[in-house]
Amino acid sequence: MLFFESIRLALNTIRAQKLKSFFTLLGVCIGVMFLIAVVSIVEGMGRYMEQDLIGKLIGVNSFELRHRPNINMGDVDPSVWESYRRRPRLYHDDVAPVVEALPADTRWAVVSDNNLPVSSRYSGGPRNAQISAIEGDFFAIRKFVVAEGREFTPQELEMGTPVVIIGPDIEKRLFPGLNPIGRELRMGGLPYTVVGVLETQGSAFGLSFDNQVFAPWQAPVHRLLNRVPTIVDAIIVQVPSASQMTEAQERVRQVMRTRHKLRPGQPDNFSLQTSESALEFWNKLKRYLVLAGIALPAIGLVVGAIVIMNIMLVAVAERTREIGIRKALGARRVDILSQFLVESATLSTVGAAVGIALGVGMAEVIAALTPLPASVAPWSVVVGVGLGAGVGIISGVYPASRASLLDPIAALRQE
Amino acid sequence: MSDTTHAEAPLSTTAERQAVTSQAGVTPSRDWVIVTRGIKREYDMGGEIVRALRGVDVAIRRNEYVAIMGPSGSGKSTLMNIVGCLDTPTDGEYWLNGTLVSSMKDDELARIRNKEIGFVFQTFNLLPRATALHNVELPLVYAGMSAKQRRETAAYALERVQLTSRMHHKPNELSGGQRQRVAIARALVNNPSILLADEPTGNLDSTTSSEIMKVFEELAEQGQTVIMVTHEADIAAHARRVVALHDGQVSSDTRRERFVNDNSHIIEAKKG
Ligand SMILES: Nc1ncnc2c1ncn2[C@@H]1O[C@H](COP(=O)(O)OP(=O)(O)OP(=O)(O)O)[C@@H](O)[C@H]1O
Ligand SMILES: [Mg+2]
Repeated sequence: MLFFESIRLALNTIRAQKLKSFFTLLGVCIGVMFLIAVVSIVEGMGRYMEQDLIGKLIGVNSFELRHRPNINMGDVDPSVWESYRRRPRLYHDDVAPVVEALPADTRWAVVSDNNLPVSSRYSGGPRNAQISAIEGDFFAIRKFVVAEGREFTPQELEMGTPVVIIGPDIEKRLFPGLNPIGRELRMGGLPYTVVGVLETQGSAFGLSFDNQVFAPWQAPVHRLLNRVPTIVDAIIVQVPSASQMTEAQERVRQVMRTRHKLRPGQPDNFSLQTSESALEFWNKLKRYLVLAGIALPAIGLVVGAIVIMNIMLVAVAERTREIGIRKALGARRVDILSQFLVESATLSTVGAAVGIALGVGMAEVIAALTPLPASVAPWSVVVGVGLGAGVGIISGVYPASRASLLDPIAALRQE
Repeated sequence: MSDTTHAEAPLSTTAERQAVTSQAGVTPSRDWVIVTRGIKREYDMGGEIVRALRGVDVAIRRNEYVAIMGPSGSGKSTLMNIVGCLDTPTDGEYWLNGTLVSSMKDDELARIRNKEIGFVFQTFNLLPRATALHNVELPLVYAGMSAKQRRETAAYALERVQLTSRMHHKPNELSGGQRQRVAIARALVNNPSILLADEPTGNLDSTTSSEIMKVFEELAEQGQTVIMVTHEADIAAHARRVVALHDGQVSSDTRRERFVNDNSHIIEAKKG
């Protein structure tokens, strides 16, 4: 009763004094807006990084044996780069010993890739595409799905048959309006028959995953991918569960150390790249973002709290007579106290609500204008409302307690 | 002119004298709604002590209609505020319905104000943004009554002052007399044991004043205990008892059997 009356009173005040209320609520509004927006960005980016990008680049429960890491989002020292440059490459001869060292239920794949021109007789000039020569369970590990046609047969993989599976971008560019299955495209002057088209993978940071061509590792094109044809860019290993990761990595490490004739004490001259190691940079960035996500709203909320406190002090001063009347009619201290607390909490919560709306809007704008898939976290909305009410109550305590302690006669005497 | 055959009551009955003069701390009998014993109220104005009340002994029975008179600054409002539990005396005892009120804490006083006292002010003191009905509902809000019951009770109180038709008007849409009726309805809504009014007609013209006085008179006739501060003798003449204050003390206490319009008939008496 008194509770709802106080809420109504606060809403009336806001409606009656729109401009003043706007400035009163600006701080809380901005604070909550930043909270929602930053959390959305962090959550959206995090989900994207962890599930999409890294998953697509590396795969779940998998690691890649490379001569050096290929995902380096962090800052790498020039001296580190220099040591990377001097590392020996991986060769196709390394594949069999590595695979033999792993348990039977482990998936593995080999991949070499490079950017090369691809052409077909159905379109104009050649197009650059990412060409990957693959072997093993590559598609299964990366969760690539063949939408049309089929995957490579074991025979094709073994024999190096000139067949390809293409991404949707290649289909569109090289076979406009045509069914590419069974048709030919050319790479390095040789014809390859299209046997499958992949489902679209989307893009990240302006980088398309659909502009790809896959061929069996043994097919002639692998000779064009690296300086030495037997060089392998990566051996990919996927274990059935996360708990087997360390063990599998250790086995591969031992095999490679022996093959590279490393003495104990010498550092590895190859890399075992996991999605975790690729995420390291992201985790570092996330820490800054979360810090900003706390600091910006905190500043807004503190400023908001101070403003609301002042406004409430003014309200108490302006309504001294009302307080006197209420006290004369039997309002106890708690009645007056809670009235003003509810009022200031309502005020602040309205500010938070506007901030939530703006924050959601901001997240939408960011999602629309940038490749960041900002998505609003429901918990941040709840926290936003809670913070709004909390700031209102905290900033209302002092004014409300002053109101509750007013002497009724002195209050009634006020003009 | 008015008849002069009214019988004047004793200035101060022995019972009354007994009630106020009996030893401090002795609970007065239930006949007395109000008993004050040696009430003092002093203000410390930066070293200088202002003595607004210098020991007031008053005893008021249920159903009495008392006017309090006296020159400006004699302490009438100060006494009313103490009797209305808005203020506490610096010294002395105040018993309300056999309960010692003078030593009560803030929240207990708030409860007494809510349940036992109806206060009508010179300046109406209505909430400007609330309707008449809502203003009358306020004491019931603090009494914790349910919304529905509150509305009914408040509407009935407005009916008693003939304002049913103005129920949903805000104070600035009402005349001064109507505002004061709303204030009276609000003061009555909790069925208080005393109705206090501090110069209730002070802000009203003479026609409206007499209308408001009629309301008080009717209430007194219905058995409501009324204590009213007034400057004007013809208004005091409505009351059956007149307590005069002078310089913070009771200078006279007069009672009559009947109403008279001619204040010359009021018999002055020395304090007991
Ligand atoms: N809050 C206060 N602080 C200091 N002195 C006060 C205060 N309230 C009242 N007084 C003093 O107490 C005395 C009695 O005041 P009170 O208001 O009771 O007079 P009153 O009889 O109601 O006068 P009026 O007829 O003008 O309303 C006056 O001298 C006044 O100055
Ligand atoms: Mg006065």
